[in-house]
Amino acid sequence: MSIEHGVHHDGLHGDHHDAHHHGKFIAHHFDSAEQQFDAGKMGIWVFLVTEVLFFSGLFCAYILYRYHHPEIFVQAHHFLDKVLGAGNTIVLLFSSLTMALAVRASQLGQNRSVAIYVLITMVCASIFLGVKAVEYTHKWDMGIFVRSFFQYDDHHHAEGISRYLILASIVPGALLACFGGLALLGMTSKGGFEKAFWGGMAIMVLGYFIGVGGGMFYMGMSGGEHYTPTELHHDIGIFFSIYYCMTGLHAFHVIGGIIALAWIYYRSLACHWRPDYFGPVDNVGLYWHLVDLIWIFLFPLLYLIN
Amino acid sequence: MSNPSLAQQYFGHAAQHNYLNVSKGWKSWAFTLDHKRIGVMYLIGVTFALLLAGVFALLLRAELFTPNKMFLSEAQYNQMFTLHGAIMVFAFIIPSIPAALGNFVLPMMLGAKDVAFPRLNLMSFYLWVIGTIFLVIAMITNSLDTGWTFYTPYSIRTSTGVVAATFGAFVLGFSSIFTGINFLVTVHTMRAPGMGWFQMPLFIWGLYATAIIQVLATPVLGITLLMLIAERLLHIGIFDPKYGGDPVLFQHFFWFYSHPAVYIMILPGMGVISELISVYSRKKIFGYSFIAFSSVAIAILGFLVWGHHMFTSGQSELVTLIFSAITFTVAIPSAVKVFNWLSTMYKGCIALVTPMLFAMSFIFLFGIGGLTGLFLATLRTDIHLHDTYFVVAHFHYVMVGGTLTALFGGLFHWWPKMFGRMYNELCGKITCLLVFVGFNVTFFPQFVMGSRGMPRRYARYDIEFEAFHQWSTIGAMILGVGVVIGFATLVYAAFRGPRCAGNPFGAATLEWQSSSPPSFHNFDHKVEFTSPYDFSTQVYDEELDSYVHRNFTAPAKPAVPVQPQSI
Amino acid sequence: MNFSLFNLLAQPDIEHPPYEWGDYFFPVQAAEGAAENDFIYWAILWISAVFFVLIVAFMMYFAWVYRRRPGHEKPLPSPSHNTTLEILWSVIPSILLVWMFYAGANGYFQSRIIPESAEEIWVTAQQFNWAFTYPDGDSTANELHLVVNRPVKFKMESRDVLHSLFIPAFRQKQDVVPGRYTYTWVRPTRVGTYRLYCTEYCGDNHSLMYANVIVHASEEARKEATKWDWDLFAQTDPVKNGERIYQLNCAGCHRVDGVRSTGPPLNEVYGTERSLLSGTRLGDENYIRESIREPNKEIVSGFTSPSQMPAFIQFNDDQLNWIVIYLKSLSGKE
Repeated sequence: MSIEHGVHHDGLHGDHHDAHHHGKFIAHHFDSAEQQFDAGKMGIWVFLVTEVLFFSGLFCAYILYRYHHPEIFVQAHHFLDKVLGAGNTIVLLFSSLTMALAVRASQLGQNRSVAIYVLITMVCASIFLGVKAVEYTHKWDMGIFVRSFFQYDDHHHAEGISRYLILASIVPGALLACFGGLALLGMTSKGGFEKAFWGGMAIMVLGYFIGVGGGMFYMGMSGGEHYTPTELHHDIGIFFSIYYCMTGLHAFHVIGGIIALAWIYYRSLACHWRPDYFGPVDNVGLYWHLVDLIWIFLFPLLYLIN
Repeated sequence: MSNPSLAQQYFGHAAQHNYLNVSKGWKSWAFTLDHKRIGVMYLIGVTFALLLAGVFALLLRAELFTPNKMFLSEAQYNQMFTLHGAIMVFAFIIPSIPAALGNFVLPMMLGAKDVAFPRLNLMSFYLWVIGTIFLVIAMITNSLDTGWTFYTPYSIRTSTGVVAATFGAFVLGFSSIFTGINFLVTVHTMRAPGMGWFQMPLFIWGLYATAIIQVLATPVLGITLLMLIAERLLHIGIFDPKYGGDPVLFQHFFWFYSHPAVYIMILPGMGVISELISVYSRKKIFGYSFIAFSSVAIAILGFLVWGHHMFTSGQSELVTLIFSAITFTVAIPSAVKVFNWLSTMYKGCIALVTPMLFAMSFIFLFGIGGLTGLFLATLRTDIHLHDTYFVVAHFHYVMVGGTLTALFGGLFHWWPKMFGRMYNELCGKITCLLVFVGFNVTFFPQFVMGSRGMPRRYARYDIEFEAFHQWSTIGAMILGVGVVIGFATLVYAAFRGPRCAGNPFGAATLEWQSSSPPSFHNFDHKVEFTSPYDFSTQVYDEELDSYVHRNFTAPAKPAVPVQPQSI
Repeated sequence: MNFSLFNLLAQPDIEHPPYEWGDYFFPVQAAEGAAENDFIYWAILWISAVFFVLIVAFMMYFAWVYRRRPGHEKPLPSPSHNTTLEILWSVIPSILLVWMFYAGANGYFQSRIIPESAEEIWVTAQQFNWAFTYPDGDSTANELHLVVNRPVKFKMESRDVLHSLFIPAFRQKQDVVPGRYTYTWVRPTRVGTYRLYCTEYCGDNHSLMYANVIVHASEEARKEATKWDWDLFAQTDPVKNGERIYQLNCAGCHRVDGVRSTGPPLNEVYGTERSLLSGTRLGDENYIRESIREPNKEIVSGFTSPSQMPAFIQFNDDQLNWIVIYLKSLSGKE
């Protein structure tokens, strides 16, 4: 690998300014593919640092309130379902694995494998969001909102499908119809590129409904068993404020990750990756690992108190 | 430029095809990825923000001419000082030197063709535009009266447009973060061959230290503002005491960003001054590595002192003590810079032209701003002076006396490079004089007022302070006139000034190896790294009316190959 | 309007507010710690002045002597770095900084450690007035009465947003934070009248949120100024009594000239249809009584619920009557 790089590097240094020697994907202001790769790599690492700091404010708030009100956290975490949380953790860990495999495939220039692995990663991300939607809407049914709207009512839960869940599924449903339709249109055209892309998108959104279905199935199995507290701490809503802020921001990053992965998927189908050009896959992969990593911290901090 | 063909040999043939005329039409600007055009657009934008916030400042000062109401109600006054502060800080000072001047100069100083991520750079600019629009929308529709600090719980209670304004500040934060990422990566990966870390110009060191702060501190502001928006819309109860939250926590979060942000405002200015003093003294900067390290030291220490904004907030005495101690340590690297600048002037060959006069006025004003910081770092005296006009005067001396003077100095210095035309020296000197005098008349009385106990953010005041306020108002008007004359001089120069050659001041940093204005790719020839402060390499050439490298000799024959690959 | 330089240097020839002006740079030193504060201030000022004058003098001297001119077109040879010099000018100021830190911290702790003998005054801040409750249960609004040489601890709370209690003549300041108590203390050393400001921005009328601090020579004089002499009240005009109660308790938030401030104006309450969030109601005696004792029960249109007003449950029937009679006299209706 390093020898190849060296040869390539020297080749480029023969003449810096001859545009013809620039590869297809080397921007004009870079001297070499290597310089471009280094810049992209450093850029994404610095960006990840800013992301960590972005979450750090919420972690600080978490630490402070847990330090000052440990009893709230102990009581409130009973409202979170450990099994769903753990399931989501496994889903995300698995998606990290497929992402790593995608990066490896892109380094070897195997665009088809990259596309498949990235698609699996996206589906996992969607499953995660689907399960999250079940968790959120179940809480909303019971009146578990942020601090000022918090009005817990145990009798309110679980008769039929939650209206909140239906609301939350409107956008994914519309997207599914949209992508499915585009994929069908793609069937008629030649080449199969559009079919593959929009079909992949439709499968990705389908993941959301798999997550919702799985989550609801589990809820049904466990019989909607509930933590029934004798007396709620009057400030217990603060925990859920922090819970919604942290997991909501994380979910927002998952959505951002899906968009970035869709872009990678598109470029994989267009066969852009070569052993000397795979920086975007690598960088999106790093971002995706960070999103997973943040969840790895969130899960025990929120679900596994005690 | 008396001999165009000779100039072409030295600076390349770009004078005819520079970045300004390489393409035409508004789209060629709106969608440009060229760091120079983005820098110019930033410059126009921040100037607009400066003038807008400046008008607010003048209205505030006019209102304060008498102790009682002249033309602004208390509520209007509060909205006006809030918008003055918010627009000045978020839309002007923070992006001014890094995003406007830095964008133009940084890649060229490194000998690069562009910043590492040109698209991200353009996105930063549009985020700046969107953020500023949100601030202005807040101003037009529902105004904003929280002060630029958005302290809770007032910012949760007030009926004014806090959400629009905080969202604007949030977006501006991301603009700043992306600029920071871009500059960090550019400095790391795109230096000219031969340029090591300690051969970088000090302006680059200043921008590098600034970028570190932008990247590390701004995300915390982002999440804080998001939490504030959530608090206001949903009452999540993290900052709101009514729901068990802690309002002082907001202050900690806010100042964790905003204190380092003070150094975002001043470090690039210090970098500019290091360049100016060295170039116009024609002398290698004294104590290069000390200045470079002091920039980084200030950036790092800046993260550890946020609590000094909160000495009277009720935080514990021990915490207060620690923050006071660390605050004093920031004084050392700042003082080191000043001493090094003075030593650079010693035995120099000092051209008393506009940029150098601005640099000297910077030393004067920053000296006062820095030294009065000692009163505020000292715990006993801060208890008395906190939240009085003393603080107002102190941070204006640093942020306006520092940043605005450095911005003006830098603009006059790089203007010939940016537009290929020379400014009027007399007008430049008048600007410098008016800004200097106006500034001191405005803010010096405020130190006395503050010591006497005049609280800040007061629409009405006791009559004992009237004379001070009147002096201050008169000074502000002079300052306003000075700023307007300054920009008028620059704008006139950009369109009508006499043309000038590539390197009229004999500076040795790489951007002066290009033509003025530079070509689209910055350099038409291969950039040859030279030490940024070795002025002996630059000799004046009568025929070119410009400085050229001493190894350059005009060929005997008229030049046929017009594109020398190196100098 | 006189703004000649002379007026800046001398005491301005202006009508004095009811408090003392002090010398040029500072208000009078009227409490323990003020002299120390001023000493540290002046010490830092002189140290800074020496450095500043040297810096500017060197700068101007170099700029003149080494200015570019015919015959001086090149810099003279001189070193471009000198580690000894760098260390020297880092270390020498550091020593001075250590002294400043020490002196400042020392003074700070003295201003924070509350003597055990201090009497406790309860300070309540709300937009935009100050209320002070004394150990014997008396209370005053926007006037703080202290006794000379008696240390006093302020226990402070805010009913709405951040405020900050600042008495320049005492060189003392402490933020008032909603949701928690904050403390500070002073020992006034000089009889006289001084200003108290709110220095943490708190909303529209922030700049009008000031009070006067009156330091009395003796406990008796203080008592005389703060006491609610109900017997004396009973013998005088009930309208006057009502006005006195209004001045002490209500004037911070309610005006009587028809202008809305924190709360609605009171001059038109009696005998008019009140427009409330829950409907309308005649502003009769019962309405006024209820509004004072249960401010949250009904809110006037245009104001937000819950009310910022505390419940004034300490008034007895006589006092409530006087308030009603006073409001009646303002509205002129029966």
